Amino acid sequence: MAIQFNRYSAMSLAREALRGHAGWKEAWRSPEPATSYDIVVVGAGGHGLATAYHLAKNYGIRNVAILEKGWLGGGNTGRNTTIIRSNYLQDDSAAIYEKSRLLYESLSQELNFNVMFSPRGVMMLAQTHHEVRGYIRTANANLNQGIRTEFISADKVKRLCPIISIDGPRYPVLGALWQPRGGTARHDAVAWGYARACSEMGLHIIEQCRVTAVNSSGGRVTGVETTRGPIGCSKLAVVVAGHSGELAEMAGFRLPIESVALQALVSEPVKPCLDVVVMANTVHGYISQSDKGELVIGGGADGFNNYTQRGSFQHVEETVRALVETFPIISRLRMLRQWGGIVDMTGDRSPIISKTPVENLFVNCGWGTGGFKAIPGSGWAMAELVANGEPGNLAAPFGLDRFREGRFIDESVAAGVAH
Amino acid sequence: MLILRCPYCGVDADETELAPGGEAHIKRSGPGSTDEEFETYLFAKVNPKGVHFERWRHSHGCGKWFHVARCTETLEVFGSYRAQTLKPPKAIIDKIAGRRPGWAGGRN
Repeated sequence: MAIQFNRYSAMSLAREALRGHAGWKEAWRSPEPATSYDIVVVGAGGHGLATAYHLAKNYGIRNVAILEKGWLGGGNTGRNTTIIRSNYLQDDSAAIYEKSRLLYESLSQELNFNVMFSPRGVMMLAQTHHEVRGYIRTANANLNQGIRTEFISADKVKRLCPIISIDGPRYPVLGALWQPRGGTARHDAVAWGYARACSEMGLHIIEQCRVTAVNSSGGRVTGVETTRGPIGCSKLAVVVAGHSGELAEMAGFRLPIESVALQALVSEPVKPCLDVVVMANTVHGYISQSDKGELVIGGGADGFNNYTQRGSFQHVEETVRALVETFPIISRLRMLRQWGGIVDMTGDRSPIISKTPVENLFVNCGWGTGGFKAIPGSGWAMAELVANGEPGNLAAPFGLDRFREGRFIDESVAAGVAH
Repeated sequence: MLILRCPYCGVDADETELAPGGEAHIKRSGPGSTDEEFETYLFAKVNPKGVHFERWRHSHGCGKWFHVARCTETLEVFGSYRAQTLKPPKAIIDKIAGRRPGWAGGRN
């Protein structure tokens, strides 16, 4: 039985307001899994859903299931600091992150779901002379890549963000790399919006369905075993972030990935005081203010392998210390909650969108500490790879073979920790 | 916060006194190895959700490298042992087997 989906609009809001909001339909279906699909996507986080969405939208492939071991968007998609930017040094990174940022600009209209994209501007503070040189280099690279960023003076930093202390005791602010069209979006809404659009196009979103084995025959993938029974597929797209190593193990290969915990925290809500995103990579902290008034804070990742979705306390301490130094006004704020996500770190801090040793099994992983900003572009590029069997221009540089060939896309130096 | 025992000085050091060093017992590929072997040696990680053998350094203590057997799913520590060993000592393996009855011996 087909479900009638509401189209969200001012009109539908008014109509529902008049009848006690009794007519809103569920945003996506929860079908029973079929015995097989053309394509199975593992992981209903932002990247998996965007992959499925673009498979249907760009390539007309609708016999697709998205399997999720927990609940939709319950992993890193719902556990990040929602920063969107594309001010990367390397051309290959800049291309995919800018594609993604551009898709974010119109995502609410495209999905008919308000993802609250807020291009309020992102500034990355330069607090050492090394960083000044690095960011001037990045600004010049961005100019060549057609991405609007500029290196701004400390005075302009202070004008854009009055609560900042630019002459701090340890690391005075010397300037910043400023991307005026960077910003934030509502992370849950991105997952929900894609899910609703996928469901509307007839794709199956199957939650509470953990993959327990990957089946293949003659080196070619044939399906997966799950906690809800076996599901066959012609192609398998593994988009599971921190658990990529587990899925690769099931399929019989290894990835150049280590999973570590990255933490974030939010403060109690306060009146508007910060209308840009500030990243301070030298002292390890980044901060923005949500529409609810909470300060959303992220910091450094643990250095050891960890799947517990909680990190070590000293990272919270380090992050808060750094931010209090940079924003003395927040020193008496209380923190409301803290959480950790398991991020998949590659050696060059760049993602993997690639074919694998198993035919028709594709991976999209390695987004590490900065995947949220890449969701739409990652889905776009992954869908192209899965649909055609070969990567397009966006995904081609991010193949697994780059490690063997020494073709790293080295953002680890360029981006520092906050990434 | 993790607390690990340095097998050299016998100190129970907390995490801030130590530096993590990644997967342990990686066999170095020598001259004559294939590209695949070098790739595996340099980049491929076991990255298990479960028992992991890893290297740590007592960086704010004696400064020496050592090995730790630890569960990445629960953060349970099974024990630490010196760096000059090619594989985990029997006492550690027995302890893991006792705590993880279904454990298949790891992927190292």
